[in-house]
Amino acid sequence: MEIVLAVMIGVLYAAGIYMILRRSLVKLILGIIILGNGANLLIFLLGRITKGRPPIIPGDLKVFAEAYADPIPQALILTAIVISFGLQSFAIILIKRAYKVVKTDDLDEMNAIDQDS
Amino acid sequence: MLIAILVGFIFSMFLVVAGKFFRGKPAILSALIPLGLFAYFAQFIGQVSEGGVIIQSYNWVPSFGVNLGFTLDGLSLLFSLMITGIGFLVFVYTSSYLKEHQYLDRFYGYLSMFMAAMLGLVLSDNMISLFIFWELTSISSFFLIGFNNSSEASRKSAITALAVTGLGGMSLLAGALVLGSVGGSYSIVELLNSSGEIAASPFYIIIVILMFGAAFTKSAQFPFHFWLPGAMKAPTPVSTYLHSATMVKAGIYLLMRFTPVLGSTEFWNSTLLIVGAVTMVYAAIHTLFRRDLKGILAYSTIAALGILVFLIGQGTEAALLAAALFIAVHALYKATLFLVTGIIDHQTHTRDVTILRGLRKVMLPVAIAGFLAAISSAGIPPTLGFLGKELTYESTLAVIGTPLLWITLILITKIFLLHAGFVAGISPFVGKLPEKFSNTKKPGILLWLPPVILSVMGLSLGIFPGLIEPIIYPVVTAMGEDVGNEHLALWHGFNTVLWLSIATIVVGTVLYFVLKPSQRLEASAARVEFLSPKSIFSGLWHYFNKFSSLWTAFFQNGYLRNYVSTIILFLIGLSGYALYKTASFSLDLSTLSRITGYEMAVVVIMFLAILFTVFTRSRLAAVASMGVVGLAICLLFVFYSAPDLAMTQFSIDTLTVILFVLVLYRLPIYLKLSDYRTRIKDGVLSLGFGTIITILILEVLATPVDKTISQYYAENAYVLAHGKNVVNVILVDFRGSDTFMEISVLAIAAIGVFALLKLRLKETDQR
Repeated sequence: MEIVLAVMIGVLYAAGIYMILRRSLVKLILGIIILGNGANLLIFLLGRITKGRPPIIPGDLKVFAEAYADPIPQALILTAIVISFGLQSFAIILIKRAYKVVKTDDLDEMNAIDQDS
Repeated sequence: MLIAILVGFIFSMFLVVAGKFFRGKPAILSALIPLGLFAYFAQFIGQVSEGGVIIQSYNWVPSFGVNLGFTLDGLSLLFSLMITGIGFLVFVYTSSYLKEHQYLDRFYGYLSMFMAAMLGLVLSDNMISLFIFWELTSISSFFLIGFNNSSEASRKSAITALAVTGLGGMSLLAGALVLGSVGGSYSIVELLNSSGEIAASPFYIIIVILMFGAAFTKSAQFPFHFWLPGAMKAPTPVSTYLHSATMVKAGIYLLMRFTPVLGSTEFWNSTLLIVGAVTMVYAAIHTLFRRDLKGILAYSTIAALGILVFLIGQGTEAALLAAALFIAVHALYKATLFLVTGIIDHQTHTRDVTILRGLRKVMLPVAIAGFLAAISSAGIPPTLGFLGKELTYESTLAVIGTPLLWITLILITKIFLLHAGFVAGISPFVGKLPEKFSNTKKPGILLWLPPVILSVMGLSLGIFPGLIEPIIYPVVTAMGEDVGNEHLALWHGFNTVLWLSIATIVVGTVLYFVLKPSQRLEASAARVEFLSPKSIFSGLWHYFNKFSSLWTAFFQNGYLRNYVSTIILFLIGLSGYALYKTASFSLDLSTLSRITGYEMAVVVIMFLAILFTVFTRSRLAAVASMGVVGLAICLLFVFYSAPDLAMTQFSIDTLTVILFVLVLYRLPIYLKLSDYRTRIKDGVLSLGFGTIITILILEVLATPVDKTISQYYAENAYVLAHGKNVVNVILVDFRGSDTFMEISVLAIAAIGVFALLKLRLKETDQR
């Protein structure tokens, strides 16, 4: 399964980069989100995957009695998801404002904004 | 001694805050600083003339072998006295010359910064601190040349000067580092002991070339001389102080300082002889073609610097003595001529020698100073200039090899310099006073006293040369030569040297009466200007600028996708190469988990959703399928024991999709599609990057993983933090402050979103 996931992460990265290279601002943000998802999965996979053993200490035990999923990548990814939401929501609103002012979401046309046209 | 150097820096910093109380009358008080320093250094004359060397050392950056070591020997003392003595007169002169200037305080700030840096330069024993002071003099010179910053010519000259001397500074640093590593020390005194090893080292030539690079740029030797005439855009006190008496001699100082360490080799001597000779003759000829007084003086200064390099190149005891004396002679008469020129400019508002006449009637003391300086420059007895010239001829006659060639060159130079001195110091004052200058105001005492003091010193030291011996002789001792018991004297009897002197004076005087500066001469020089090093330099400069703007336009073209492409391409190349070199492909398949049907189904859905996001032409569809990708990842988190992640991913993904839809449903479908070629190109690039990532993951999976930290958290989650969900405990307890920061970041983002939503642009801003 790890190999399938590794390929999938590769696909996510490729799709993310491809979207970032497009001219539309919306696609740029979609690209960043996909790239972010790919990165989260990457961290997750590199922490090694474990099925059906969440890092929660069961019942009345004080420490784990048997194998458990690595909690550190999970903590990292949780943080990453939340932070990227902050970024995304700000970017989405920014597009909206930019579109209102310049009437385009084309990055190339935004280049010329500081020249009087 | 450290305080003596720092006082100038402290004063200039003090002016930053207290400058406005310092304009106008109180400005003259600042002259007390150089005066005090002059007295401080003068008290060492006795000790140094008896062969004493004062050494003081303070640790600065001991780990790099950089300390503030200062040595006061004969060479340093001569320069220190010149810096503070002429500095004092220039400070006094400036208080009147720039009386009305609104930035007078700033000018004094730069001037005292320069003075401190220059003192540091000549007193430093450590090569690194010498370099730092060297650069500080270049920087203060930059500010002073560009002092009239509203004039474009000033700014340009300032940049040219900084570029040329700054280049030399780099050369000095490189030379010092190589020399330090070859000689095993950055202290010049300590290097003296290993001069034999240095000369035998294979790096010797490199060191010498680098040192020459520094000295020749600073001291305006051909072909780097052109910044100096440009530097005359500075106010005249600056030209006097920096660009004639002191700073331009820093290169000469460097050569003299390193003579005992690097000198007395064939390469050292002949390079200096040739460069010095070319410079002096080239610049001396140039003086004939100028009619701006400062232009004439600039070129005659270059010629004088050429003579000094030429003398150091001879390297004999007599030549070094001549050089030491000539430094003092030149500082005295050239500073006088510059100050005189400044007064003429200040009172008549012109510096054109073809119109200036008969000014003795309105400014007699200035005329006397000019006359005395001119005859000292001409080397007419009984001035100090005569002594300098005699010694120069004497040592040149003794050059081994082809003395006839060298004596001819120095003779030509001296004749032209005599002409230049007469033109600058005498011709504005003789003849009939033109009508338009008859109302010229008499200059104030603060203006005319400094040049008079300097020129009278030039005369009296010539009559009583014994007075300057205790200062000049230790200079030669500092360069590792012994002067012996000979005394300086005006009269040496009828010998070749005397006949040469007489020839110089006669021919030069005749030349003065025959050849008058004129517009025609200046124009004829302008015709060959395109061949001069200056034109070549500005050409290079021009093309360099062009090249860098092409370069910038290529890489910094303002298109985001080009930046991203460049970065990605570079990453692919770099990590691809590393993987190619080291990848083992040794993943053990038996350790991997099994593929199950429901996992495959999720992965296939995710794959299709990605494809749809990338290729759909509708924004909404793209956003929706992006949501599907997020949900698929959420399911993967569920499968692989990460319930917290799944919950977070689910809520955030949903929120993002809703937000997107709310904001974007009104936008049109994508209108512009990139052309086919761009898409193929980007596709290849992205797939390449994806492949690299996949290979990278497989490589990492093949290496064993270290779980120590995870174990720590797992074992202590309940014991220390009393929580059973380890992920939560990490976030809110072990790394609680990180989470707090994260919350702040989110709060800032939320404020940003709120502000953007509430922002109401004025109609005028909405283009």
